[in-house]
Amino acid sequence: MNHERKLGFWLGALAALHVVIACAGFFAPYDPTVQNRERPYAPPQRLHWTDAQGKFHLLRPFVYAIRVKEGTFDEYKQDLSRPVHLRFLVLGARYKLLGMFPCRLHLFSTDGSPVFLMGSDAYGRDLYSRTLYGGQISVLAGLLAAGLALILGWTLGAAAGFFGGWADTLLMRTGELFLALPWLYLLFAARAFLPLSLSPWRTFFLIVVLVGAVGWARPARLIRGVVLSVRGRDYVRAARGFGATNFYLLRNHVLPETWSVMFTQAAILVPQYILAEVTLSFLGLGVAEPVPSWGNLLASLQQYNVLTSYWWMCLPGVAMVPFFLGYLVLTSALQQKANASKI
Amino acid sequence: MNYVLRRFGHAVLLLIGVSILSFLFSSLAPGNYFDEMRLSAQISQETVSALRTHYNLDRPLAWRYAHWLGSVARGDLGFSFAYNMPTAPLLWSRARNTLVLMVPATLIAWLLALPIGIWSAERRGKLPDVTVTLVSAALLVIPDLLLALGLLLVAVRTHIFPTGGMVSVGYRDLSWGRRLQDVVLHMALPVTVLVLSSLPTLVRHIRAAVADELETGFLRAARAHGIPRRMRLYRYALRAAANPLIALFGFSLGTLLSGSLMLEVVMSWPGLGPLLLEAILARDVYLVIGGVLLSTVFLVSGNLLADVLLYWADPRIRAERGPA
Repeated sequence: MNHERKLGFWLGALAALHVVIACAGFFAPYDPTVQNRERPYAPPQRLHWTDAQGKFHLLRPFVYAIRVKEGTFDEYKQDLSRPVHLRFLVLGARYKLLGMFPCRLHLFSTDGSPVFLMGSDAYGRDLYSRTLYGGQISVLAGLLAAGLALILGWTLGAAAGFFGGWADTLLMRTGELFLALPWLYLLFAARAFLPLSLSPWRTFFLIVVLVGAVGWARPARLIRGVVLSVRGRDYVRAARGFGATNFYLLRNHVLPETWSVMFTQAAILVPQYILAEVTLSFLGLGVAEPVPSWGNLLASLQQYNVLTSYWWMCLPGVAMVPFFLGYLVLTSALQQKANASKI
Repeated sequence: MNYVLRRFGHAVLLLIGVSILSFLFSSLAPGNYFDEMRLSAQISQETVSALRTHYNLDRPLAWRYAHWLGSVARGDLGFSFAYNMPTAPLLWSRARNTLVLMVPATLIAWLLALPIGIWSAERRGKLPDVTVTLVSAALLVIPDLLLALGLLLVAVRTHIFPTGGMVSVGYRDLSWGRRLQDVVLHMALPVTVLVLSSLPTLVRHIRAAVADELETGFLRAARAHGIPRRMRLYRYALRAAANPLIALFGFSLGTLLSGSLMLEVVMSWPGLGPLLLEAILARDVYLVIGGVLLSTVFLVSGNLLADVLLYWADPRIRAERGPA
């Protein structure tokens, strides 16, 4: 029961994180590609609740307006006389909710001067909005790639385990080939031999397909083990004796047994594949500007001067940590549950 | 010995498979190294096609593979277009730099992980164990990339460590002692990141393996007999728990060349990582294939070494799969 509750809690927390990312348009105040050329590298602005007179604004937190200092291009000064209030649930930039429904409602926004909760980048784009939108790309890439790897892995692993014989040998030997390769290198190499400059969306799907196709071997191996043990059980043999078809056996007896392995693998693979996308994009082999992804948001830190002067450019990296934490705890909860059910 | 030979044959087959696979991938690729020249106005089309013919890019894939195998036999590993020289010397010098980074990192990580893991397994559920588990979980969820960037940031702010590269500007004029000191200073940051990123996985595996053994009857009996703690833990428990750890050690050795790929790029360490990235961007096909193959050789021989070690260390395996 304790495991169940823990699992439920972390599933809920992870789901909440995914909802925030999925509805990035609503939670982000601005469009991720809108530039404010007069405000490059603005530092994160602090939210205030009490103003200079000591008055407390519970429902209307504000930031102080910032201005570029005379004679510099990236040093800012707060204008303490000009509070910019956040306004909640307001209409702003157009976006598509979940990529489908045109919408203008934002959780918060400001009148007039933009507010940068996580600072702004070289073109004065809001890093907070970009991080949320970037999460869409990275997390979606992780989910889709993991889905692809699991579907491929299940099909091949189940086929190998169920039918046995030369198909089994061939599939598992090929799987070993994929497992033997250094994973990131394989990804690199495959990416190396594909066109470099593509539109962001085509690169995105390319990455998803690549990562998924490279990653099928491990789930396939595990599924094959489960299928092998299921195939030999008495009730399955009895069903076969009663004339059940292969398809029936696979669907009704094999598939349910593999669910727990599939879930655990998903919890392991998704963060790994998110990281794969981040790595590729960070190195400039993935989704390209101006479309944000967690990887290419961090890419500017490869320049020494960005790293030294603008620490907030690291923040998109920090945003990944809760996701990985959620998946890690989910994995261990699933594994504990699997162990508990065994005993 | 039969068993070891069989594993060896398996490894060789695997390498051949990988090389064929990378050639197949490379043939699927649109574009090649000379495509950019074609766009240039200063280089005539005839020159480009002459170059293509010279480097055999127009020949069929099977021919190129056979040709490449020949150059592997000569120890060249193909020809790099961008550097206009055989690939092997390039790869060797860069691989050496990668090893300079990875060998100490792997050693330190294992030397730290063994006592920490065993300690944590012994005090399972108590404060030290909980602390170790929490810290390793924290390290596990922080991506290496972020860790590297964070440490770089600290280095930039404090000016204690150099922030990238392998040697300082005036390296050639330094004395031997100074040179060593310089390289070690440059290594400090990347090695720290590598140790921190591999430590949690190692600690977790060691802890799980040893904790399983500590609950077995023979160790409780050893305790009842009054055999001292250190001897129980390091001589009996560790030995009994060695099998999964040997496999893990083989894997650690296998990733010596591929484990620091991204870190090298971030910290501009002149290892295989940046070389491979440049090669990919320039479509320097043979260099990429060479790099992939070299790191696969390491991975495969790491696994092979683990198999051999297991065979040597565990009489059960010898009895099971041996010549008898």
